[in-house]
Amino acid sequence: MLSAVDVSFAYAMGGGGRHRFARRRPRPHVDPAVPLVLEGVSLEIPAGGLVGILGPNGSGKTTLLRLLAGMLRPVSGCITLEGRDVAGMARAAIARTLAVVPQETHPAFEYSVLEMVLMGRYPHLRPLQVEGPDDLRIARDAMAMTGTAALEDRRYDTLSGGEKQRVVIASALAQSGRVLLLDEPTSSLDLNYQLEIASVISRLNEQHGTTVVLSTHDLNLAASICRTIALLREGRIVASGPTRDVLTPDNIRAVYGVDADVTMHERAGHLSVVPIRLSAPVSGRTPSAGRLVGRDVSPAERS
Amino acid sequence: MTSSATALAATPPVRRALLRSVSACALLFLATLALAPLAGSTQISLSRALDPTVPFAANTDAQIFFIARLPRVLAAALVGGALAAAGVVFQALLRNPLATPFTLGVSAGASLGAMLAITFGPAISLIGLTTVPLASFIGSIAAVAIVYALATARHRGFSTNVMLLAGVTMNAFFSALILFVQYFADMSQTMRTVRWLMGNVDVAGYGSIAAALPLFAVALAGAATLPRALNLLSLGRDQAEARGVNVLRAQQIAFISASLATGAAVSLAGPIGFVGIIVPHLLRLLVGSDHRVVLPCSLLFGGAFLVGCDLVARTILAPIELPVGIITAVIGGPFFLWLLIRRSEGRE
Repeated sequence: MLSAVDVSFAYAMGGGGRHRFARRRPRPHVDPAVPLVLEGVSLEIPAGGLVGILGPNGSGKTTLLRLLAGMLRPVSGCITLEGRDVAGMARAAIARTLAVVPQETHPAFEYSVLEMVLMGRYPHLRPLQVEGPDDLRIARDAMAMTGTAALEDRRYDTLSGGEKQRVVIASALAQSGRVLLLDEPTSSLDLNYQLEIASVISRLNEQHGTTVVLSTHDLNLAASICRTIALLREGRIVASGPTRDVLTPDNIRAVYGVDADVTMHERAGHLSVVPIRLSAPVSGRTPSAGRLVGRDVSPAERS
Repeated sequence: MTSSATALAATPPVRRALLRSVSACALLFLATLALAPLAGSTQISLSRALDPTVPFAANTDAQIFFIARLPRVLAAALVGGALAAAGVVFQALLRNPLATPFTLGVSAGASLGAMLAITFGPAISLIGLTTVPLASFIGSIAAVAIVYALATARHRGFSTNVMLLAGVTMNAFFSALILFVQYFADMSQTMRTVRWLMGNVDVAGYGSIAAALPLFAVALAGAATLPRALNLLSLGRDQAEARGVNVLRAQQIAFISASLATGAAVSLAGPIGFVGIIVPHLLRLLVGSDHRVVLPCSLLFGGAFLVGCDLVARTILAPIELPVGIITAVIGGPFFLWLLIRRSEGRE
């Protein structure tokens, strides 16, 4: 469905202007002195999967998501979407398959909720074409799925944080893609809205078969909805696989430097992570330090 | 229509808005264009002006209509429409509702060009008609080119922050150069410069309008491809890209067409302020923020607005004809303040 194969990335310094008129995004010209943000990342996201990308601040979660969305081009390796290299795809073609929900969306002007959701139809319309009844029906379906139908005539900027996020998810769904990428979907939300968004995401995945990839630093959110997790640290995947295998005290200690209890929470019905204290500094806290349980997905397993 | 009927409507709102708002603005535009040349310090009659039996040389009404008033009305319509539409595009491009067509230094560059032509232009008294507009257009393009180069250098595409800062800096820098040139100007040159800076659609004949028309046409053709991309760009660069917009190309077209329209407008009429911000904001209040509606409405309403302002400028102290820039500034200053207060109230 969507996969990253041995992807490395660094933000190019300078030189970007040289390719201003290139039709396709060129590979960034990278000075070897610039540190890599991601290094040798491989990740396979199966159709219908619900994958969490976890890691501390600066570990490369958002960069990986932007690479998966084709908004950045890797320095080496490649991203494929349904078997095609995204670097060679037109923006609109990517957008018809894959939609992105950013952390927060602040329009510069006042739009109604319906207008915001209908903007998701962009990649399906020809230049100068105006949305028709079919587009309206798709937008209304997307609003029904996210529980925002009643907000249709409201102004987006008057909504609560949770409502805004659901409207943006509805707009992404209106793109009629099969893959949804969400960047820290709950990080700026209150507890009740966090639960609300989490349930919208699981429902989309379970009832509508949408493939979901989300980045988050909230281990409990990931534990509650993700079936697979990739743990990132300093630009490398240190563990990936089923949530239960990856979310272990050892891995959490290795990635965050925190001693944590990981238990099955019976009432919640999923793993729950309770941080206890900063773990004692271990000698050689480098990404290559061992003691990682869980499995890296090997190329053989990917197919 | 009740709100529930609206909610269940099977037609996307933009279709209704396009039909109603754009046609309303078009009607207003045409009505203004037809009526404005008839009003003025001298009463004239349209039927007498258009009477084919009276020779043109003997028909005073026709002379006033076709020579004194119509060019001025046409220039006001073109300049007002161009500035209002350019304002809409710049506000979306910079994601800043307070941006104007002059934010990026276009008018300062044009002013410097005009002033150089007025002060040092050798054949100024002979072909003054064409040197000043030409020099001001070159000045505006120079300013825009510098801002463009700065905003795209060392960045992935356009940096709107760099663009804004570069524009502010260009405005300040060109203003300094204007003072420098001003120092070498004599009284009459200074007077002409000041008059030019006021902004005036008192064009002499149809020549300068015809010269500016192709520029407006190119800008309009570019802007016509933009509205849906502008909607998404106003959500942010990443959102636009994620929804399938070719962001870099949309930004280039937006920047170039809006700059071209502004440069042509300023070279035709001088820097007429506030049109590029009053009209877009008024229309967003009236028709919503969808650029497919706001852009054509601003173009039409902006034209009608400036024709109306010029009508006031021509008649309020008749027989004195004021520069229209004074009228837009008198209306625009308080409007701008009201807008700021309204916005800051909305935030809290």
